Amino acid sequence: MNALIQKLTETFSPSGYEHDIRQVIRSEIESLADEIKVDALGNLIAIKGKSGKNGKRIMLAGHMDEIGLIATHIDPNGFIRFSGIGGLYPHTLYSGRVRFVNGITGVIGGERIKDIQKTLSVSELFIDVGATSINNCPIKTGDVAAFERPFFNMGKRLIAKAMDDRIGCAVMIEALRTLKNSPHEIYFVFTTQEEVGLRGATTSAYGIDPDIGISLDVTGTGDTPKARRMDVGLGKGPAIKIKDGRMLSDVRVVEWMIHTAEKAKIPFQREVLEGGTTDATAIQLTRSGVPAGCISIPCRYIHSPSEMVDIDDVNNATKLLVALLSNPISL
Amino acid sequence: MANSTTLDKKQTTLLEKLCQAMALSGDEGEVRSIILEEIRSYVTDFKVDTLGNLLAFKKGTSKKPLKVMLAAHMDEIGFMIAADDGDGLFRFETSGGIDLRQLPGKAVIVGKEHIPGVIGARPIHLTTSSDRRDKISLEKLRIDIGPGSNKIKPGDRAAFATRFQRAGTSMIGKALDDRLGVAVLIEILQQAPANIDLQVAFTVQEETGLRGAKVAAYFFNPDLAFVVDSTPANDLPVWDDEDNTSYNCHLGAGPAIYIADGATLSDPRLIRLLVETCKKEGIPYQFRQPGGGGTDAGAIHKQRAGIPSVSISIPGRYAHTAAGMARISDFNNTISLLKATLQSIPLDILTQERK
Repeated sequence: MNALIQKLTETFSPSGYEHDIRQVIRSEIESLADEIKVDALGNLIAIKGKSGKNGKRIMLAGHMDEIGLIATHIDPNGFIRFSGIGGLYPHTLYSGRVRFVNGITGVIGGERIKDIQKTLSVSELFIDVGATSINNCPIKTGDVAAFERPFFNMGKRLIAKAMDDRIGCAVMIEALRTLKNSPHEIYFVFTTQEEVGLRGATTSAYGIDPDIGISLDVTGTGDTPKARRMDVGLGKGPAIKIKDGRMLSDVRVVEWMIHTAEKAKIPFQREVLEGGTTDATAIQLTRSGVPAGCISIPCRYIHSPSEMVDIDDVNNATKLLVALLSNPISL
Repeated sequence: MANSTTLDKKQTTLLEKLCQAMALSGDEGEVRSIILEEIRSYVTDFKVDTLGNLLAFKKGTSKKPLKVMLAAHMDEIGFMIAADDGDGLFRFETSGGIDLRQLPGKAVIVGKEHIPGVIGARPIHLTTSSDRRDKISLEKLRIDIGPGSNKIKPGDRAAFATRFQRAGTSMIGKALDDRLGVAVLIEILQQAPANIDLQVAFTVQEETGLRGAKVAAYFFNPDLAFVVDSTPANDLPVWDDEDNTSYNCHLGAGPAIYIADGATLSDPRLIRLLVETCKKEGIPYQFRQPGGGGTDAGAIHKQRAGIPSVSISIPGRYAHTAAGMARISDFNNTISLLKATLQSIPLDILTQERK
């Protein structure tokens, strides 16, 4: 599992530019699914099983994209101005390294700091790729980049860029690998453009028209010094989402998840997230409505270059997902 | 063709008609009629849908043609009369994104009959220095049409009264956003390429949230879509001579191709097709700076199971004010680019890897 997580998190694929991660995931699941396709927005869809008498059509969504940066202007001296793709926090940027999708590495520099108490805003930062003029700068307006930060295994805890949401992708890949018997027709959807507004999930859910939708994504925690109050911590099990910033999980789905976790003796936490949301929000509002929920992997320092998860939570999330998919469902 | 800085008589007349028409979001009939008159004899079929979109269809002659949707919005920013204060004075609300600092002292046209009016401003003789420094709130502004007319009622729309003008190699007018796009699509329909099924949406309510495009794309269910809009050019020199790094796009530098805005990440295959076409045809182009904002593509690409989309904009200075400016060359080059792109669009473009 760790090797898989490393491979997934060290791939550079910001929203809209998911080609590389799609290739990586595709090669992992090629032999595991009955059918694999890529839709118009680049979502990678792996289908497993045919729904029988007691079966449902289930859509799982974990997003492949990560937050990133996009070049907006190259100045005469070859410095690159940029804006964010997805929720980029300025305080995580200065002196960080980035890698463009075309392979070029750069460091984020900033204008003169006038007040040390204040974080430089994105418009005061630039990327330095070692160019000396606009003519020898290998980057042009519109090129995209993501954080450059290697995966690190601390033992039980793992840190990497893009745990959000490669960890959800890892759980889905592992579930696809371990799932033996299921009465359901399951769509493992590795979605695109989640970080810019759940766009890939919006269109893939329309195409699939599922009976039930579940997203697998990270959620924040309340277990660090002076953290925002939140009853989710690292290592205490996957979090079953009850509510987030934009979704009220279907109560039947929540009950089904809790019941399944209790029966299989899988530790879990109840998640109430005040801000932010996941692909499940888009699935829930598709066509005439879809019962939807979310299994969250607790994660510290979300949207920074070093996001931390606990391997036990990851494995338990996989177990919970497999348990959910293995039996008939009556909501 | 490329770099042409001239407008012929027919184009000038059409742009003048389009820009001087009033089509506020939700009431686009005036512009719709002008378009209909222009395209009726060229299209295979058309309809006006429930929201007021004008949806025109031109069938291709090849065997299994791609269904290509084009969209440009008919509506413009402006005002809606909110209350009659008597004596020809009316309170109003804004419609679409308007900077209130732009309003005092501007001439407007009100209602179906384009009754002339003015958004009054207190003359400088009677203001204090603090009056002149402070922003004037909407509550203090009135549209003044003078007494004697009983034709204007709450709910009527109003727009800037600016007349369309040619100025050397430029055009000045109101509502260049997006009547320029509308004019481009009219021209494309009149000379439609035979290799594709052309689905052209002249959309409503873009300025209030891409509403018309959403239902138009659902109806057409195209294979892919191009949106033609006008994007602000903030390309004036910076007052302190510093490098202007957020110009969005430049006037006269060619059609602005979108890579990313607040509502859409353009399909990379379509960006590449546009760029390659520009290079092949010798058409100048620029990338609109990635950033916020949005076009009808924001609604179109998320429709149904997903529709690969890209936007092209004609750069326009002073967007969403009483008088914008655009270059004739950018307008002509946008037509050339779209025409050449549609003619050469490969049948297998969507089976290529999205990268």
